[in-house]
Amino acid sequence: MAGSGTAHMRNTVDSVLTVRDLTVEFRISKNKIVKAVSGLSFDVVKGETLAIVGESGCGKTTMARAILQLPPPNSGEVIFDGTDLTQLPKENLRSARTSMQMIFQDPISSLNPRLTVHQLIDEPLEIWDRGTRVERDERINKLLFSVGLEPDLVLNRRSYEFSGGQCQRISIARALALDPRMLICDEPVSALDVSIQAQILNLLLFMKETHGLTMLFISHDLAVVKAISTRVMVMYLGKICEVAPPDVLYTKPAHHYTRALLNSVPIPDPTKQIRTELLQGEPPSPMNPPSGCRFRTRCVGASALCAEQEPQLREISPGQFVACHHPIV
Amino acid sequence: MSSLLSIKNMSVNFDTPRGSLEAVRGVDIEIPAGMSVGVVGESGSGKTVMCRAAMGLLQGSTVNRTGTVIFDGHELTAMSKEQVRELFGSGMAMIFQDPLTALNPVRRIGVQLSEGLRVRLGMSKSDAMARSKELLELVRIPNAAAVLKSFPYQLSGGMRQRVMIAIAISCNPKLLFADEPTTALDVTVQAQILQLLRELREDLKMSMVLVTHDLGVVAGNTDYVAVMYAGEVVEYAPTKKLFADMRMPYTEALLNSIPRVDHKSGTRLTVIAGRLPDPTNRPVGCSFAPRCKYAQDKCTTDHPELKTDPDGHIYRCWFPIGESL
Ligand SMILES: Nc1ncnc2c1ncn2[C@@H]1O[C@H](COP(=O)(O)OP(=O)(O)OP(=O)(O)O)[C@@H](O)[C@H]1O
Ligand SMILES: Nc1ncnc2c1ncn2[C@@H]1O[C@H](COP(=O)(O)OP(=O)(O)OP(=O)(O)O)[C@@H](O)[C@H]1O
Ligand code: SF4
Ligand code: SF4
Ligand SMILES: [Mg+2]
Ligand SMILES: [Mg+2]
Repeated sequence: MAGSGTAHMRNTVDSVLTVRDLTVEFRISKNKIVKAVSGLSFDVVKGETLAIVGESGCGKTTMARAILQLPPPNSGEVIFDGTDLTQLPKENLRSARTSMQMIFQDPISSLNPRLTVHQLIDEPLEIWDRGTRVERDERINKLLFSVGLEPDLVLNRRSYEFSGGQCQRISIARALALDPRMLICDEPVSALDVSIQAQILNLLLFMKETHGLTMLFISHDLAVVKAISTRVMVMYLGKICEVAPPDVLYTKPAHHYTRALLNSVPIPDPTKQIRTELLQGEPPSPMNPPSGCRFRTRCVGASALCAEQEPQLREISPGQFVACHHPIV
Repeated sequence: MSSLLSIKNMSVNFDTPRGSLEAVRGVDIEIPAGMSVGVVGESGSGKTVMCRAAMGLLQGSTVNRTGTVIFDGHELTAMSKEQVRELFGSGMAMIFQDPLTALNPVRRIGVQLSEGLRVRLGMSKSDAMARSKELLELVRIPNAAAVLKSFPYQLSGGMRQRVMIAIAISCNPKLLFADEPTTALDVTVQAQILQLLRELREDLKMSMVLVTHDLGVVAGNTDYVAVMYAGEVVEYAPTKKLFADMRMPYTEALLNSIPRVDHKSGTRLTVIAGRLPDPTNRPVGCSFAPRCKYAQDKCTTDHPELKTDPDGHIYRCWFPIGESL
């Protein structure tokens, strides 16, 4: 499939998650289809944190939800721990989801306002029969502590009584309750101030080291991504632009969109405000994506070839894959 | 310099089963006309409650607000709910932190966006729809015509956030409260939106209160910064001054925890040990004392008063940074 390719796939036995040719489309009227995710392939190996960055609306959340079959993709495979989730009957899917948890992008609205914090975190533990009442309560307290909340102060309150960042932390505690093998985080720290953010990231790094937690980490914050990830995948309009280890990607981005992203990171120093060139042009519509390279309408390096042929991912330095006809060298 | 908004000694308490929760206490803040003021502070420190209370948006029997809020010559705290609402749209507007809870899930984006234009600016239905499309284009949403007909659930997180921004700026407000307006946007769109907000400030002399945890966004988009901790404004200074010459130990700790793109990957981040005090049971002394590395005995017994340096730099600390003991 186009613009994506599979050169970056490692196909090892260590893969916790392998996604092949994932396609998600939404029909919004009789003859209008949004191509949210178009033939996406990637794998995540054990203990890895694959960060996904990309333009707003490029299909990250849709992809994450399709992996969890919420709803299932239009086509493609989602192989988790050796099983293709797209082929799994509903009952088995429920139990597969206990080992793959998701933290959703909108923290406040993703928590049921009728339940107390205690009920919210206890719910999965109770459904899956994890321990006695006392053991579960102990676990709930520990989880809340680890996300920086004082159990006594929060247990009996409901989500609407909390700030955005507090809700975010409650959903993280809930997602970690069942000790998942894999965690899919959709903007998990975007609502948090830097100190709490650091605390959560350190917790996730710790879980990775001690429990071998594997993560898919969607974020717009490139500094956060750099701190947490072991591999970064850059997406634009439903396709992959570049895949590389963070230190490589940040020092020598090869795709023109990756460079535009890095140039736009705000600098936390009022004396160093260089107004960089903003990315030019209008973002194209996912209903009618450009031919060839999808970034070509806004790319400074585009040539005639870029409109004709879709670039395929290829390895240009060890571990660095780029889908571009004229990569930056 | 005249203030567009001035908040005097405002406190907000929520009645909770465990007692009164003091979310905002004794906040004094002036938003000068045409300026952009950043608000930063720990999650739960009262940033959202302060903005909502200033706009009179907190309602219900469990909420108690005291103090005065004066906006553009109107004393909001002495006005009825209906009178305050008259000022929404072209007076004050707010970009809410969670677009999903702020947008109506069962109404199309076009209806939600054109409503204000029709009610507040008296536009005809078709003019309002045309302007709505322009507004969506202004906030860089591709395919604006299709998005007008969509429901919120059909949009990505960042698209919803931009719809909220479009609604907030639609009636050219004099004062915009922007509560974490760009958290769901990638950095290239974020840069474009921030530029749009800058242009609105320049062209329409709009003032802005920008709540954000992204200190990079603060650095490049604000004239002043207010730092909040445990419901109080603990430091207020021109942005350049705050970054170069902060007086509050909390501000220093906050700036030290910023993750940076120029750090190596996998680097552990600096955290501020401990957590915010219980808002139903605040410590008597300085709220930051249990976590402050400069704390002295006095800090645990006496609540620090606001001090103002000759250059207008305001802070609340007994032993500020840069002062020898
Ligand atoms: N409706 C409510 N009832 C009770 N307590 C509330 C209510 N709304 C907010 N609070 C409490 O008030 C305090 C301040 O909340 P606020 O939403 O202002 O924080 P914030 O600074 O905006 O944090 P964040 O950065 O996480 O959004 C928190 O302790 C919160 O739990
Ligand atoms: N239920 C739906 N019906 C119709 N279109 C949808 C639906 N869900 C998502 N889309 C569309 O699919 C595209 C991708 O959306 P998605 O939420 O996956 O983006 P995203 O990469 O997560 O963006 P963001 O960074 O802004 O959260 C968007 O154009 C969006 O409008
Ligand atoms: S050079 Fe061509 S292929 Fe590469 S990003 Fe630009 S438009 Fe796409
Ligand atoms: S008053 Fe004391 S405890 Fe509070 S910030 Fe200043 S030095 Fe630290
Ligand atoms: Mg999303
Ligand atoms: Mg808030």
